[in-house]
Amino acid sequence: MELKVFVNGEPTLTSAATLAELVAQFGFAEAGVATALNGDFVPRTARQARRLVGDDQVEIVSPRQGG
Amino acid sequence: MNTALSHPLTRPALALYGVNVPSRLLLGTALYPSPKVMADAVKAASAGVVTVSVRREAARANSGAGFFELIRGLNVRVMPNTAGCRTPREAIATAHMARELFGTDWVKLEVIGNDDTLQPDLFGLVEAARALVADGFKVFPYTTEDLIAAERLRQAGCEVLMPWAAPIGTGRGLANPYALRSLRTYFPDTPLIIDAGIGAPSHAAAAMEMGFDAVLLNTAVARAADPVRMAAAFRAAIEAGRSAFEAGLMEMRDTATPSTPVAGTPFFGLDRS
Repeated sequence: MELKVFVNGEPTLTSAATLAELVAQFGFAEAGVATALNGDFVPRTARQARRLVGDDQVEIVSPRQGG
Repeated sequence: MNTALSHPLTRPALALYGVNVPSRLLLGTALYPSPKVMADAVKAASAGVVTVSVRREAARANSGAGFFELIRGLNVRVMPNTAGCRTPREAIATAHMARELFGTDWVKLEVIGNDDTLQPDLFGLVEAARALVADGFKVFPYTTEDLIAAERLRQAGCEVLMPWAAPIGTGRGLANPYALRSLRTYFPDTPLIIDAGIGAPSHAAAAMEMGFDAVLLNTAVARAADPVRMAAAFRAAIEAGRSAFEAGLMEMRDTATPSTPVAGTPFFGLDRS
């Protein structure tokens, strides 16, 4: 069954059941990104336990230049 | 009074949260014409700390990895920021993501309250600082020169404060030197880093002459015609300003006094009319 979630603001259909599966489906290196779900940080070690539900807002970020 | 000898800021190295930082220039990593120019500028600046950030990653792009490799190769301490965050909640989540990605509990805390001035939301800043300190972060708040906000940030557990010189990216220099001087006087033992608004090495030197502990800048170097050379110019200015502060500046006077001794001047006492 596919769920509609938002990944970095974009509506996305996914078969991933957990945040960890979503990160893997998007082709991210597990340790190369950090995640938040519905505005709260989700540590790398907790992604497998976080099940996705419809309309979840997922943020996936990586290192960037900053001032 | 010799301020250089009596002032507590004359400790030899810059200590931030108990860590000795080798340089009083903190440099941003954004807006450079290329990654190589950025890396060369960091080296030319002898930057003690470089600031970094986190951004949304595109699917399968893995674009952050190359940047992080480059930064790691510079062998400089990194300080992630929470740039672009407009609420304490956003800033707190961003700080946590940055801590996991960069492996540091240092965070330059930004909670922006106004899109035009990029002015910090001081109320949100204090709230976010309190929460992050409780979570074990070493918080470097990007604040204004406001004395009460500075007190609240200290009470929240911030051991370092980073007041602006002027709004981010304006290059206007020390917009309110009187208030910055007051802040320095009120917080003699708190490391104070001037962050944002510096446009020229002379601005940075002026801040250091006032006794500020360090300067954090980005645009003035990154947007220079020759960023590497400008980085070296800022390094020299900050060293000069710091040395001047430690040497003890003369006091400004309203009336002229001759620097050449008057006694023995030829023709002294003759009628010159």
